Amino acid sequence: MALALIRLLPWRQPKPHHLFPFSLNPTKTHFLFHLRHCQASTSSPKTLILTQDERSNGSLSAEREAIVGSGTIAAIVTSLGGGPAAVGIVRLSGPTAVAVAGQVFRPVKRVKEEGGCVAWRPKSHFVEYGYVLDNDGNVIDEVLAVPMLAPRSYTREDVVELQCHGNDVCLHRVLRACLEAGATLAEPGEFTLRAFLNGRLDLSQAENIARLISAKSAAAADSALAGIQGGFSSLVKSLRIQCIELLTELEARLDFEDELPPLCFPSLIDKIRVMQHDLQDALDTANYDKLLQSGLQIAIIGRPNVGKSSLLNAWSKSERAIVTEIAGTTRDVVEANVSIHGIPATLLDTAGIRETDDIAEKIGVKRSEAAALAADVIIMAISAVDGWSEEDAKLIEHIVTSQKSANQAMTAPMILVINKDDCKPKDLLISFEEICSGLFKKVVRTCALTGAGISELEKAVLEVRGLEPISSAGRKWTVNQRQFEQLLRTQEAFVRLHTSIEEQLPMDFWTIDLREAALALGQISGDDISEEVLTSIFSKFCIGK
Amino acid sequence: MASATPRLLSFLFTPLRLTYPIHAIRTSHRSRTLSFLSFNLRRPNGRLRTVSSFASNGTNGMERMGQKDEERYDVIVVGGGHAGCEAALASARLGARTLLLTLNLDRIAWQPCNPAVGGPAKSQLVHEVDALGGEIGKMADRCYLQKRVLNLSKGPAVRALRAQTDKREYAMEMKKVVESNSNLFIREAMVTEVLIGKNDNIQGVRTFFGMDFFAPSVVLTTGTFMSGKIWVGRASMPAGRAGESASLGLTENLQSLGFETDRLKTGTPARVDCRSVDFSGLEPQYGDEEVSWFSFDPECHIEREQMCCYLTRTTSETHKLIRDNLNETPTYGGWVDAKGPRYCPSIEDKIVRFRDKESHQIFLEPEGRTVPELYVQGFSTGLPERLQLALLRTLPGLENCVMLRPAYAVEYDFLPAYQCSRSLMTKKIEGLFFSGQINGTTGYEEAAAQGIISGINAARHSEGKPVIVLERESSYIGTLIDDLVTKDLREPYRMLTSRSEHRLLLRADNADSRLTPLGREIGLIDDRRWDLYQSKQLRIKEEKERLKNVRVSGGEFAAEVATVSGQPVRDHTTLESILKKPHVQYKLLDKHGFGNENLSKCEKDCVEIDIKYAGFIMRQQSHLQQIVNQEHKRLPEDLDYYSMTTLSHESREKLSKVRPQTIGQASRIGGVSPADITALLIWVESNRRKANQRTQQELLRSGATDNHMAASSPTDSVVQATAI
Repeated sequence: MALALIRLLPWRQPKPHHLFPFSLNPTKTHFLFHLRHCQASTSSPKTLILTQDERSNGSLSAEREAIVGSGTIAAIVTSLGGGPAAVGIVRLSGPTAVAVAGQVFRPVKRVKEEGGCVAWRPKSHFVEYGYVLDNDGNVIDEVLAVPMLAPRSYTREDVVELQCHGNDVCLHRVLRACLEAGATLAEPGEFTLRAFLNGRLDLSQAENIARLISAKSAAAADSALAGIQGGFSSLVKSLRIQCIELLTELEARLDFEDELPPLCFPSLIDKIRVMQHDLQDALDTANYDKLLQSGLQIAIIGRPNVGKSSLLNAWSKSERAIVTEIAGTTRDVVEANVSIHGIPATLLDTAGIRETDDIAEKIGVKRSEAAALAADVIIMAISAVDGWSEEDAKLIEHIVTSQKSANQAMTAPMILVINKDDCKPKDLLISFEEICSGLFKKVVRTCALTGAGISELEKAVLEVRGLEPISSAGRKWTVNQRQFEQLLRTQEAFVRLHTSIEEQLPMDFWTIDLREAALALGQISGDDISEEVLTSIFSKFCIGK
Repeated sequence: MASATPRLLSFLFTPLRLTYPIHAIRTSHRSRTLSFLSFNLRRPNGRLRTVSSFASNGTNGMERMGQKDEERYDVIVVGGGHAGCEAALASARLGARTLLLTLNLDRIAWQPCNPAVGGPAKSQLVHEVDALGGEIGKMADRCYLQKRVLNLSKGPAVRALRAQTDKREYAMEMKKVVESNSNLFIREAMVTEVLIGKNDNIQGVRTFFGMDFFAPSVVLTTGTFMSGKIWVGRASMPAGRAGESASLGLTENLQSLGFETDRLKTGTPARVDCRSVDFSGLEPQYGDEEVSWFSFDPECHIEREQMCCYLTRTTSETHKLIRDNLNETPTYGGWVDAKGPRYCPSIEDKIVRFRDKESHQIFLEPEGRTVPELYVQGFSTGLPERLQLALLRTLPGLENCVMLRPAYAVEYDFLPAYQCSRSLMTKKIEGLFFSGQINGTTGYEEAAAQGIISGINAARHSEGKPVIVLERESSYIGTLIDDLVTKDLREPYRMLTSRSEHRLLLRADNADSRLTPLGREIGLIDDRRWDLYQSKQLRIKEEKERLKNVRVSGGEFAAEVATVSGQPVRDHTTLESILKKPHVQYKLLDKHGFGNENLSKCEKDCVEIDIKYAGFIMRQQSHLQQIVNQEHKRLPEDLDYYSMTTLSHESREKLSKVRPQTIGQASRIGGVSPADITALLIWVESNRRKANQRTQQELLRSGATDNHMAASSPTDSVVQATAI
């Protein structure tokens, strides 16, 4: 009997730490642990030895403990796409669920009491009210957080459920915030899988789930395939291929030093730069999803009396803005909603920007500038009658500098609209197109009175945002959360790669992040890259002794 | 009770087959008691007597003396190459009475091809074998002609040591070591049969001349000898290597036991007389001035004079000659179709496959201090001998060369290693281990790496101890074996750094801190080595602490750091953060008197790497840990994959063939998709639960009251309980 107890003990003991490798010969216990472990866990006389690097154990053991377990997962667990519901739930589960939730969730109570700088320590099964914030500290949604600490939860891990407003945009934003805070997106049925693997569900339930999951992953495979057709998928594919090609170059030199010509570093670095650029494109593509949900914000700016309000009215086919002959009629930002080839857009008619002493108009000008800064697309309107004036040049310079000082990662593309096209003096036609081509992505001529040029303007808006007109079959290539997560991972890897190159780390370190990038990209198609790299090496290089 | 436990354990739970009557073929049977006794008796003195002598002393007289020549050992190793030597030494050093059978006693640890040890990834293998207490590193350190560190600037994980070795000295030194172990017996013999017991367990081997040798563990390291056939041009003859006879019969025997065999090919270039080569126009390649070492044992660090290698290139005449005579080569003439290694292509392969390349590098490497032979690296060919000299003479410097040995190719039988588990024991026959080229690898280092593992496991198995498995991410050895047993490879396998997913963690400098504790536990690291190891680790640890605490401000040192790294040095910066700056090496600390003189060069390297790349290493480690948690889930060995309808048909087939031991292995098998793995996990877990429920119910029924049993995992604890 005692024997059986001894054998069972390791199950109940935490793994011995290696903090003092020299004082008490811990490897002995370690080893014995493995022996016992194996005797207790399997019927065959086999033992598994995962050897570890003693040198790093001391510093890492604490780190490791935190990572042990299979990571923290997050997903929207209420149904999506069925029209807005009152409440939707984002669930987090895993060892760092509380930490992740703590990063995105600010309880109202604590903000008042403690200034919000203490780690969140929730009491299990007590609902807390608060906000979810994004990376920049902006409030995304008002939520109820329901912490359910292990083992009293569905998965028997720490679980935090965030009850958000039931609209898809809110839910996705909250989920994205969680993913950015370190959670990974749950596989279909993964909560249940965990519940099952952690012994929360019984056998018959588990068998149902097994069926469910296999069905789901087949469907998921189909939909993933369907989902990544078109531009996005080929972008990812070509990025991945480029990663593998680079890896091939590097790996070949690491394994077969003697036999290959030296690497041309400048061209390599160029290639990496191009890839980074492409990746940014891919992420922009990913943002399409976001645009679809939040809609485009289009700010119409310009000097007073160039016909901004008329343009808004003509575009929205309404009399939303008051139009007079008097310069400075519009004092506040006027909104109108339109749909551009199926994409929701909000037009913002702004006060004409000019030097003014009128207090109300001054405020209006400020608001115009603010609207321009927050917009996804800026439309700069000028009058064909006046042509490109000094004031226009000043105005646009002002906007550009304030855009820069706001330090926005991506400045909104600008379109020049030459309004009042019907009364243009012909001779001015070419000259200002030349002047403005650097600043503006597109130049469109419109006549607000007749509505001419509006459809060209719509096309231009879509084009500058990289939104191809959607086919009648519906949108085929939006990026889902999983793909978005992998793209983020890729981007992070590229940022690190860039640092490695800048810090002139040895070549081997470049491969680590290239591999990571290729793996992240490959997750979408699910390939094993190490074989591929090898095959590629052998097909490309002449190697051997 | 507690102190008696381990003994009792091995006594009671030794798998039955060990205490089974040893069913000697064509000899009388001995009783269960006798063999039980013999098992029991041999441990105290570490030796096992031969059966005949035992029988004469013993009480059981059924065994008559002289009736049959048979000898009894704990472990038999077949083959005396690099795998065989490591296996035999490991086994003997662990106290097992070991017999090494080899075809030719004068060719122990022979280097039939390139007289070199190490190189990218291979050097890591050598360091690892040494860290476990193996021999290859010491040998290479003792017999080197030249040493170079490759990839010096490409990162600590891919840095690789390569040594040219004196091939005769190497073989002689290894023979001395093998001969000097009192547990190790050497005999010339050709093994033609393995002897199998009733439970599909190995019992011994039979030789061509009719001798039977018995042991509960047998390691086969047949190299290129099993049905070996060498080719020069169209001419061929059965041989394991030029001038040595092949081993015949064993393949058929293994096939009859149900093993799948296949054929591989490899080759070796011609040797030329160095006195006939004009080196004046050739680019010399010298060894490193500061010599590095394979072995972690400073006792082997004895510097010797180095020899020079030379570099020449193929010319347009070389290419023309080959193109004109392609149909004379076995591959392109079409009379050999065994697969050769992609990484050691013959010169005709290189020229055909890489048409655009005008010239290929050829290295001339000395084979020893006392022999005139030069190894022509990169120039192996299947051309007939009459063309070979002409071909050699197209190379600059070799215009008047004299050829001593022609290049030849060798074809041999191997057993695709999916038939082995990761302990290198075959799945079919209990106690039978395969190592080296028989598993489809190429290279001395790969052979040695498998050899030491199979030697350790053979010894442990003969003692009834659980076998050792090195996980993939623990070492290159683990990666090598994992690849072999999961990937169903059909071409010679060479170790490459890119085969390891986390090579930054598997460096040469930390091979000892990864594996020496394990070597110690296994029993291959003696007290002296262990003390050396521990004090080394302590010094490294203390030095890292020191660097963390010592701060410097301004001065010449800071100025030079700033110039070297291109980064400013703030006041009161720790030495640690200085060492983290780009291009700052420990040497610079030494130069300005901030180093630690008590540290050896290699210890300084360790400190530098640990500090400089701490961020990367941590990231890789946490990445690995995440993977490991999932991958180390074990799969039962008797799974019926065909009955799992949630798996794809292809993966059912593949899984049934390879029979992976862990989920991680399963996921690495070609054709098994992530969805299959999920399905597999579910299936296994639900079955485990079913079994658990059943046993719980049975326990309840039988009135067992032990709560611990019910709470613990599955059936085996129950078996143990009833046994107690």
